[in-house]
Amino acid sequence: MGRQVSAEPHYTLYHPRWYRRPVSVWWWLQNRAYTGFVLRELTSVFVAFFALVYLWQLRALVHGPDAYGQFLARMRSPLFLTLNTVAFLFVLVHSITWFNLTPKAMVLRLSGKRVPDWVILGLHYAAWLVLSAAVVFVLLRR
Amino acid sequence: MRRITPLLWLLFSAGGTVAALLYPVHLFLTGLAFPLGLIERPRYEFLQRLLTHPVTRLYLFVLISLPLFHWAHRFRYTLYDGLQLKHLTELIAVLCYGAALLGTAMTAYLLWNIP
Repeated sequence: MGRQVSAEPHYTLYHPRWYRRPVSVWWWLQNRAYTGFVLRELTSVFVAFFALVYLWQLRALVHGPDAYGQFLARMRSPLFLTLNTVAFLFVLVHSITWFNLTPKAMVLRLSGKRVPDWVILGLHYAAWLVLSAAVVFVLLRR
Repeated sequence: MRRITPLLWLLFSAGGTVAALLYPVHLFLTGLAFPLGLIERPRYEFLQRLLTHPVTRLYLFVLISLPLFHWAHRFRYTLYDGLQLKHLTELIAVLCYGAALLGTAMTAYLLWNIP
């Protein structure tokens, strides 16, 4: 009463501390969808692992035949064969989940019509196949 | 940090695409097929010759660097949410992107110094 109506409403800047239930660090194991999410995010660790393997190979190649021989010997060790197998599976999961997300992340329009999801998916899988074949072709050329 | 967020997202998604398209085949060949002798591995001299080509160097730079940034971005958020380390936000960001930058610098240095 008697207060002027101003354009700016006056809100209090203070609010009570909300009550939040503490969440366990293992929250993502309680539900399959959450576990899938965390596994998908963890594929990035194996992506980084292989980036480092390739960096290591590059270093060995630059340092000469002896260094490269050492790199090859390490790759033949049971430790690296195991790591590489696990990493290969995770990298495959990365590729498949990444491509399957592309129609949602990438909305293409051709003459006003949205390009259907299966076309975008198909193009990515085709590119995967073609590029993989190209890598094999270049590396196995004799 | 906030100003370079769009750039970090771009690197994340470019790196994710590079890894999705090219990592399975490279990992299968280098990590399994060659060491196990399923496929005869290329000779050292052949790889050495391949490395002298500028296109190979550019390819290797993209192949190693971009996926490292993909990892940095994704792993950073996994640590925040998965292990609830929100209070360490800055430290984690510096460590993750720092590691990706270090890997990129090492790759660039090696590629630059190939005779």
